[in-house]
Amino acid sequence: MSNPQQLRYSKEHEWLSDAEDGVSTVGITEFAASALGDVVYAQLPQVGDTVIAGETCGELESTKSVSDLYSPVSGEVTEANQNVVDDPSLVNSAPFEGGWLFKVRVSEEPKDLLSADEYSAFSSS
Amino acid sequence: MSNAHRQTALDALHRSLGATMTDFAGWDMPLRYGSERDEHLAVRTRAGLFDLSHMGEITVTGPGAAALLDHALVGNIGSVGLGRARYTMICRADGGILDDLIVYRLGETEYMVVANAGNAQIVLDAITERSAGFDAEVRDDRDAYALIAIQGPESSGILKSVTDADLDGLKYYAGLPGTVAGVPALIARTGYTGEDGFELFVEPRHAESLWRALTEAGEPAGMVPCGLSCRDTLRLEAGMPLYGHELTTDLTPFDAGLGRVVKFEKAGDFVGREALTAAAERAETAPPRKLVGLIAKGRRVPRAGYPVVAGGAVIGEVTSGAPSPTLGKPIAIAYVDAAHAAPGTEGVGVDIRGTHEPYEVVALPFYKREK
Repeated sequence: MSNPQQLRYSKEHEWLSDAEDGVSTVGITEFAASALGDVVYAQLPQVGDTVIAGETCGELESTKSVSDLYSPVSGEVTEANQNVVDDPSLVNSAPFEGGWLFKVRVSEEPKDLLSADEYSAFSSS
Repeated sequence: MSNAHRQTALDALHRSLGATMTDFAGWDMPLRYGSERDEHLAVRTRAGLFDLSHMGEITVTGPGAAALLDHALVGNIGSVGLGRARYTMICRADGGILDDLIVYRLGETEYMVVANAGNAQIVLDAITERSAGFDAEVRDDRDAYALIAIQGPESSGILKSVTDADLDGLKYYAGLPGTVAGVPALIARTGYTGEDGFELFVEPRHAESLWRALTEAGEPAGMVPCGLSCRDTLRLEAGMPLYGHELTTDLTPFDAGLGRVVKFEKAGDFVGREALTAAAERAETAPPRKLVGLIAKGRRVPRAGYPVVAGGAVIGEVTSGAPSPTLGKPIAIAYVDAAHAAPGTEGVGVDIRGTHEPYEVVALPFYKREK
């Protein structure tokens, strides 16, 4: 399982892309998707919602469980991935690509986000 | 209870296949190998291979074996023919369900009782305690068997390619000794998936070679290894109860809609007869909550313990729930008040973490295979 170098990671297993025009993309990691099993339902934050770093902003349901979705940063949601709402299995098949969850205009980013290498060590410990 | 997890004879094999393992009743068991949805659909359309070695086998032998089991269990074990099997239950004196069981008649005076992993010790202790005065021996055979199940429409064809046993003559709920892929096995036509299938009881030392031979034989037909996650969704779609969910010590077989397993007409007294007689009358005259199926109109998944609601009031509780791969919608089994239990009852919902989601009440099962 390899975690893309250009992303940063939270200990709740979300990833965050570098901001483009102040907007970052958020998803869950392959490690998290694999631990969840087949995702069957995604409740994502809505456009315009304010999300707060470390707080829940949605939920992902798999066959066996429901898990809260945490935002790795604070800011305002600019887009939710409708493709994932329509086909939640994208979270399993392409967690770092087509399975992204939402975009956020970042107002504040926590200082303790992990690099790819740090996250790989964290998630394999 | 020991903290050490128990491993089946196939543990190393599961890990080499990349299985996600889970604790189940103190055992390390495969939860899934890849996608549980794909495993589920493989069993519905082709075949799946399961390690069920956590199940607990108890052997009862001797001239009084049938009489002992008739006394200890609620079913009519004396009427089970040689080579046949019976689904039954063991209850407390107050009628509460201790476990649901399959009893195989292996010989004239030899029976094998298969209990759920989490209840095996309780069942062993109860049958042993109830054996006083019967000319029968109760033996703990939990370590004597590994159990491998092959389930799905292709399972018969796959199994035929590795055994000379007369599978066509083997009826549903029957078992016969035979040789599978060179390994001595008790071949039973039983399962917990709603599909045709077989359960193979073998010595643990033979489990790995049998698994490998079946894997090879099943490959052309698209058989895949399957974990407990899809076993749960398969049995849920088939409307089969799971102990600890639909069945508990707080419920009698009549409460669970399974009063048919209680055979009052059998000879002799049995543990729970008096309480179950009263429970049967209660179920007739003042039915308590009934077990029903629920199908989601939306996409959020009901889980065990979630309240079932109607008109703002709680009218029941979900005992099992999951996304159904076959129906493509979330489904649940729930106990609901009799007034809301009729299929088609309007206005029933499930309280999913504070939101009342609409559900359709249906009769169980959700899925029945075409014969």
